[in-house]
Amino acid sequence: MAAKKPAKKANVSKDELLQYYKDMLLIRRFEEKAGQLYGMGLIGGFCHLYIGQEAVVVGLEAAAKEGDKRITSYRDHGHMLACGMDPKGVMAELTGREGGYSKGKGGSMHMFSKEKHFYGGHGIVAAQVPLGAGLAFSDKYKGNDNVTFTYFGDGAANQGQVYEAYNMAELWDLPVVFVIENNQYAMGTSTKRSTKSPSYWERGAAYGIEGEEVDGMDVLKVKEAGEKAVAHCRAGNGPYILEIKTYRYRGHSMSDPAKYRTREEVQKMRDERDAIEQVRDMLLTGKHASEDDLKAIDKEIKSVVNEAAEFSKESPEPSLDELYTDIYMEAEA
Amino acid sequence: MATEILMPALSPTMEEGTLAKWLVKEGDTVSSGDILAEIETDKATMEFEAVDEGIVGKILVAEGTEGVKVNTAIAVMIEEGESADDVADAKPAEAQATPDAPAAAAPAAPVAVVTPAEMDIPEGTEMKQTTVREALRDAMAEEMRANENVFLMGEEVAEYQGAYKISQGLLDEFGARRVIDTPITEHGFAGIGVGAAFGGLNPIVEFMTFNFAMQAIDHIINSAAKTLYMSGGQMGAPIVFRGPNGAAARVGAQHSHDYASWYSQVPGLKVVMPYSASDAKGLLKTAIRDPNPVIFLENEILYGQSFDVPVMDDYTVPFGKAKIWREGSDVTIVSFGIGMKYALEAADELATEGISAEVIDLRTLRPLDLPTVIESVKKTNRCVTVEEGFPVCSIGSYLSAQIMTEAFDYLDAPVLNCTGKDVPMPYAANLEKLALTTTKEVMDAVKAVTYR
Repeated sequence: MAAKKPAKKANVSKDELLQYYKDMLLIRRFEEKAGQLYGMGLIGGFCHLYIGQEAVVVGLEAAAKEGDKRITSYRDHGHMLACGMDPKGVMAELTGREGGYSKGKGGSMHMFSKEKHFYGGHGIVAAQVPLGAGLAFSDKYKGNDNVTFTYFGDGAANQGQVYEAYNMAELWDLPVVFVIENNQYAMGTSTKRSTKSPSYWERGAAYGIEGEEVDGMDVLKVKEAGEKAVAHCRAGNGPYILEIKTYRYRGHSMSDPAKYRTREEVQKMRDERDAIEQVRDMLLTGKHASEDDLKAIDKEIKSVVNEAAEFSKESPEPSLDELYTDIYMEAEA
Repeated sequence: MATEILMPALSPTMEEGTLAKWLVKEGDTVSSGDILAEIETDKATMEFEAVDEGIVGKILVAEGTEGVKVNTAIAVMIEEGESADDVADAKPAEAQATPDAPAAAAPAAPVAVVTPAEMDIPEGTEMKQTTVREALRDAMAEEMRANENVFLMGEEVAEYQGAYKISQGLLDEFGARRVIDTPITEHGFAGIGVGAAFGGLNPIVEFMTFNFAMQAIDHIINSAAKTLYMSGGQMGAPIVFRGPNGAAARVGAQHSHDYASWYSQVPGLKVVMPYSASDAKGLLKTAIRDPNPVIFLENEILYGQSFDVPVMDDYTVPFGKAKIWREGSDVTIVSFGIGMKYALEAADELATEGISAEVIDLRTLRPLDLPTVIESVKKTNRCVTVEEGFPVCSIGSYLSAQIMTEAFDYLDAPVLNCTGKDVPMPYAANLEKLALTTTKEVMDAVKAVTYR
């Protein structure tokens, strides 16, 4: 049931471990709730759930500092929660309400938070990669030591603009961590059916970019790799690539029956590799927490998610005059 | 047999140039490939090579001569045994420039219309003849001096000084941190530019031509234009995409597309297409300061043309205000960009035939100054639109619909649209000419709507 061999990394405190557990659990419960609300017709359009991939964002956020930026694709709910955005605002955006991060005008795929340095939420596969390099460009131009985490999937990794961005990021030593979340399926097409090149991170070598493959089901390994990547960028050495091997338990979007893989494949991953279960195991076997402690955490998170869901239902739809706002910013006189 | 060496055309739009330096003298024997002279175009200084071997019999145009027209005989080559004296009488067929009076050489085609009084320019302001090229450079330099967050990126903008010399001198003044040569990778650097704008900078992204921006259009539209709305007003992209747009000369279908109507369709973008140098300068400064993504469509043929530009510390032109170049009572001609050349020429010509045309330069296409157009049409009761883009879903067709809606009862004739033809741009000179709109077409359209 639980992971048999919990990571032996001791470079983590009890409090940190508990925090990762909470953060990952929040994403999972939030996404399960989003799935329910979608089924109830409260969330419309496309809705891409992050269940299974939680350790990626939680591990990397553990390596980030204030001022660092992040940008990702349309599978973005987990990234937003991990960087501290309010679950209420995220859920209300999913339901298209005034209380959402984009006042209901962005939806699941297009959300932003200037305050948390979250730059979207982009619906065009791989568009966020040069955008992320551009965010890093702005920090280098200003002369600070911020880093931009630029997330994209194995599907996006075959887009040409990724390599245009790699080339310039390395040419100009931009402080950007390119994070390839390899969940093995680009919608319904497995990596094996998309490319013959054995690993995505190695493609960076063609541009002189260092990188590595990381076990994305182990939050501590992700954090450790993230720290290394961030240190590389902050030291002015230019970009770094992390190919994080992960797995999405749900379909590509809510309307995906996922016929391209077996139920057994998914179940095996859940049973043997689940990131949350691994940390849970560590907490219990290491006597950092009791079953009761974890139950209390579960309860606390469930209530946060329920509150978010309630908020997302109660928040009114945007007022009709919002149709014509936010198209242009007023020029300063 | 003596042969004439003619002033070469060294770029698609070159009409004249400066014979900077002769590297041979009369009596020299040259072989094919030897460099004969250095010729300065408005874009670069080029070495001019001998095609055949021979002896330099006579130099017809002295070095230092400016404004030497393309195809003017600049030297005569002779063969062994011929005497240079034999060709002393050789008449350079089209030599118009005289070496002794270089100052008298005509400047690049001055515009034959009176610049109307500008409300933005205080009376008595000194005016200086400036090319559109220099005006654009000056606008960028002024804004870069004023705002540390403004930077320029694009292909060949720095060390090469701009493929069309628009960024000449900027690298020297601002350094490589702010004037950045990119690899040839439009999709990527447009995205990086938009990302940098999200990050709080004010990028100017130069496309060598807007034709190449089709590789980048996803970032222009999906990333730059829509983000402010999608973020509920939290973040937008203060960025300028600029470069030559539309037809130059003889560059064929893939380098001649006019994107005015494409970009004008997109909410979230502002679209500017200047004609004169003063507007190029004033509008570009406004564009750089604007907190929204701005598409700034220039024209290669206009780059070398000179106009009066006010000598002011900070001359800006507001968006959304058309300029009436010429007042008239019989018909309204509405145009923008290089279309203004045909509109103004036609108005001049029509005046001699007793037709009084009002000529409006839209200057910005989004926002569009519809009220000025409507007011004019209410006065003249007739309208002709002029642009180089394709006819289907053109700016002219939009104007026609708006005029029909807003001024239907005032119209004495249907609105006519003069546009480029509905074909990919042909290469052949005669077909190319046919594919573009012309002064004559504008005149014919005006006569049709005025029933002359």
